[in-house]
Amino acid sequence: MRLPAGLRAALTGFTLLVLVVIYTPLLLVVLNSFNADRTFGWPPKKLTLHWWDVAAHSEGARAALWTSLQVAAFATLIALVLGTLAAMALRRTTFFGRNVVSLLIILPIALPGIVTGLALQNAFKTVLGLQLSLVTIVIAHATFCIVTVFNNVQARFQRLGGNLEAASMDLGAGPFTTFRLVTLPMLRSALLAGGLLSFGLSFDEIVVTTFTASSQDQTLPIWIFQNLFRPNQAPVVNVVAAVLVVLSAVPIYLAQKLSGGTAEAMTGAR
Amino acid sequence: MNLLRRLGRGFLAIPRSGRRLLRRPGARVGLLLLPPMLWLGVAYLGALGALFITSLWGQNSFTGTIERVWTLDNFHDLLTIEVYRTITFRTLGIAALVTVVDAVLAFPIALYMAKVASPRLQRLLVIAVLMPLWASYLVKAYAWRGLLSQNGLIDSIASPFGLGTPGYGLMATTITLAYLWLPYMILPIYAGLERLPDSLFEASADLGGKSAMTLRRIVLPMVFPAVVAGSIFTFSLSMGDYIAVRIVGGTGQLLGNVVYDNQGAANNLPFAAAVATIPVVVMVVYLAAVRRTGALENL
Repeated sequence: MRLPAGLRAALTGFTLLVLVVIYTPLLLVVLNSFNADRTFGWPPKKLTLHWWDVAAHSEGARAALWTSLQVAAFATLIALVLGTLAAMALRRTTFFGRNVVSLLIILPIALPGIVTGLALQNAFKTVLGLQLSLVTIVIAHATFCIVTVFNNVQARFQRLGGNLEAASMDLGAGPFTTFRLVTLPMLRSALLAGGLLSFGLSFDEIVVTTFTASSQDQTLPIWIFQNLFRPNQAPVVNVVAAVLVVLSAVPIYLAQKLSGGTAEAMTGAR
Repeated sequence: MNLLRRLGRGFLAIPRSGRRLLRRPGARVGLLLLPPMLWLGVAYLGALGALFITSLWGQNSFTGTIERVWTLDNFHDLLTIEVYRTITFRTLGIAALVTVVDAVLAFPIALYMAKVASPRLQRLLVIAVLMPLWASYLVKAYAWRGLLSQNGLIDSIASPFGLGTPGYGLMATTITLAYLWLPYMILPIYAGLERLPDSLFEASADLGGKSAMTLRRIVLPMVFPAVVAGSIFTFSLSMGDYIAVRIVGGTGQLLGNVVYDNQGAANNLPFAAAVATIPVVVMVVYLAAVRRTGALENL
């Protein structure tokens, strides 16, 4: 590319600067988990491993982590099924409702979380008369996770076309056999990437969760939020936060392995 | 060929009528769409509709229970009580400001990633931009609480210059939200710029266009849909936020706080529902307005 040298240098400097700003807060969280001082002033005067020990024995944090993992797993499972079905239905068809369907799939994520959360809470409690529970959280999460799977699967269909499946049908396989032996293997990495994204989205969600969880159900984000302002819990929250920052490298690594570095697999729409 | 097909279908335990149904493309699309549409089209849209209906109901001021009588009181309160108007405009203002800040920050980075960096560096940068998205939202907002605190990092950097931290408030909220949603703006713009062929830049240069002119008259118009696509996320996410403002916003309130407090502490679900229709209306208008730019295909 022939951008002038001055512009190139300016762009390089600007990008570096913003990357520093992006990573400073994250590094600070990791550093603060070792900070011996409870008020986390800058610069830290003394470092300690004490909080890590305390956090490792925190019952509340461990229970919340387990809840979050369960919710994310079930929500992802539902999103995988519904997202794949929707993507399969919309490929090769140009029926009039196509855009409506895509918009409907994007809607739960394009609308602010308070709207989706309040609408579902109102539906569960006022309309259906249900008690809020883990099940209602899973239903709410699955609703906005469908789009991640849908986007990944749809992109894969567009890239690969339908020739392999047509060949399979010509050779005598029925629709279910073709799906099991041809379509599914073709979609495998797209499903993994979409599922990963959906899992991460659900694991991190707090707005919709606070509206659809009963007071007994604590996912990890809710636990963090409730303990954020408690002075004697703050160091433990710091450790949990630091662990989450470090763990965020795992899905990125996996998505890289799966997709060979295309942004498609890692973003989808939020 | 026909025989082969029939043999292949032999082990499908579906009655003949069912099989014929599967062969009709319309019916197949319908069957495939049925579960996701029941979930999204019936349940989710139904819930949104029910929310709107609830906003038209009243509340018994003594017992706090919902009274199923039609009333426009909630919307009347929303439009006439000064504080709600202020909060609505403040929320829209912050959401717009966050979007503009993110667009201004994201464009140079995306340009660097797409048109200056080597392919290897490009891949690394995409990861570097994506990685914070996977770090917990709460953790990032919380980190800014630490950064902005009275004896935090920003204060210790700024104090030699006679400046201090902006403290907790709307300014801190804007900074934190802009930080949180920046990747959602960088990625679509980067994708949009990457699709621009280099030859366009060269043609413009050959015809005497200076780089500023090329950027303004060629690049910006062509990546505009991508910027709009990014803005849908930054705007919508900012408009619905009530957590970040609780963490770094001090006593500041946004629409999200009003919704949250009314469904929880104040236990006035109909009014919360009425407040929640504001972001819905704004987003629907926004989506309809940008549909023509082709932004929705960039999502």
